[in-house]
Amino acid sequence: MEIRPHLSVQNLNVYFDQLRILKDVSIDIPDHKITVIIGPSGCGKTTLLKSLNRLLDPLDGVRVEGRVLVDNVDIYDPRTEVTEVRKKMGLLSQRPQPLPMSIYDNVAYGPRIHNHVDKKRLGEVVEQYLRMAGLWEEVKDRLGEPASRLSVGQQQRLCLARGLAVGPEIILGDEPTSALDPQSSQNVERRLIELKEEYTVIVVTHILRQAKRIADYIAFLYLGELVEHGPAAEVFANPRDPRMRAYLTGEIS
Amino acid sequence: MLVLTCVPAFLVLLILVGLFVRARPILAEKPFFSLLFSSAWSPLKGDFGLFPFIMGTLWVTFVSLVLAVPVSLLTAVFLSEYAPRSVREFTKPIIDLLAGLPSVIYGVWGVLLVVPLVGRIIAPFFGVTSSGYTVLAGGIVLAIMIFPTIISVSLEVFSSIPYQMREASLSLGATKWETVRHVVLKKGLQGIIAAIVLGLSRAFGETMAVLMVVGNIPRLPRSVFDGGYPLPALLANNYGEMMSVPLYDAALMLAAAVLLLVVLFFNVLARLILVRVERRAA
Ligand SMILES: Nc1ncnc2c1ncn2[C@@H]1O[C@H](COP(=O)(O)OP(=O)(O)OP(=O)(O)O)[C@@H](O)[C@H]1O
Ligand SMILES: [Mg+2]
Repeated sequence: MEIRPHLSVQNLNVYFDQLRILKDVSIDIPDHKITVIIGPSGCGKTTLLKSLNRLLDPLDGVRVEGRVLVDNVDIYDPRTEVTEVRKKMGLLSQRPQPLPMSIYDNVAYGPRIHNHVDKKRLGEVVEQYLRMAGLWEEVKDRLGEPASRLSVGQQQRLCLARGLAVGPEIILGDEPTSALDPQSSQNVERRLIELKEEYTVIVVTHILRQAKRIADYIAFLYLGELVEHGPAAEVFANPRDPRMRAYLTGEIS
Repeated sequence: MLVLTCVPAFLVLLILVGLFVRARPILAEKPFFSLLFSSAWSPLKGDFGLFPFIMGTLWVTFVSLVLAVPVSLLTAVFLSEYAPRSVREFTKPIIDLLAGLPSVIYGVWGVLLVVPLVGRIIAPFFGVTSSGYTVLAGGIVLAIMIFPTIISVSLEVFSSIPYQMREASLSLGATKWETVRHVVLKKGLQGIIAAIVLGLSRAFGETMAVLMVVGNIPRLPRSVFDGGYPLPALLANNYGEMMSVPLYDAALMLAAAVLLLVVLFFNVLARLILVRVERRAA
């Protein structure tokens, strides 16, 4: 039997009301690599990302067809527990969203809810993930402060630590650097590259240069269609689809 | 602009000063605080203790809050977090309509339904005989009147919380209820408090409906099955009626001033909290 990747999308269609937003998307996401989803604004990148951890569920008027397999389990199967699906993925959103509590409590949020960390070890765990996100040195003396007081760049790394603390296998990022200054962006990019040793990373971006810097694998969406996907070097060197070529040369954006 | 914004504040001040000036005759006879805390109310003998009325107001208000707060918060949480969009859009105008109904309507409805309910079912259940015209009936009617206020302000507060914040919690594997508890209610706490205080200040001042069901007995209530006599009811019932009794006029003016102060206090408090919440959300 062929070894299946962690995450595999098969014939995925998403409708908002009657509008078809994603059209028959199929892709195997390679493990322990950074897959970057690119495409013009409104083409469905965020929708694709959210369909991977069922964040489309709470929206009104959404219909999802097709299968998303995580570790060979269809996450849209009615028997699948949605919280279990989401635990396997950490999410970074476009603007960092610290929860209305202290820095410490933000990181401890997941472990507390899932009760998978011994209470006595919680402090260590929080430190471990803050270090992994490259934030520990900056916040170790102010863990009790509200997370909203951190700078936006720090908040994004806090969100990364918070996501990692749940113990995911996959990290999803929806333009995770778009609200950040160049320095913080670089910092987050570096973290993502480090993290692919242990995690499978999927990042949406509309910055082509960022895609070139971090991508191992590229998926190009255009008007809800997965037009082209493949190893980054290959796709960038000789894109097959004319739309992909036009996007790379900046004719469509 | 500055002048215009000052006008309402100036008017309130003017009313307050006017009331105190008219209350001067009685303040000249007895000190303010002894009037406030005396329970003796017999105008013909010259006793004008306002304490039963103040307590009547507080009792009715308290009962209404105990009933209204949990129910309206749960309703607001349900409408904002759980109900489908169509239900929310259908319910909102109804809630606003309820907030705008004249209070006499609630009063009539209270007399027809709530008073008998309290007198024949609730009081006997607790082993008490009661006419039904009680603090409890007043509290129930008032609770129903302040539901819409608390619900609609809370809905406002919840909708000011970015959806992405809920998504962040959900994406960590939290259930919907955990997200509501740890994120929505926590983030909205100050706003919820403001909503309650706003409901509270409406409750203090509400006259007609309460007056019709509360019994209007100038005695300190000892339980929710006693009749009560809130300040607004005192004013509405007696102003212009008993004016031949010496000092009655002045005593009512004082009662009005006290009521105004209480309502003002809670309104200002609510505004302050709301401003802080808005600044935080920004
Ligand atoms: N909640 C919603 N209800 C209805 N339509 C929606 C909703 N969210 C997104 N859409 C539509 O789905 C399409 C894809 O949106 P999506 O947010 O996935 O695009 P995107 O590629 O992430 O764009 P951007 O680069 O601007 O973030 C758009 O046409 C958008 O209008
Ligand atoms: Mg997007």
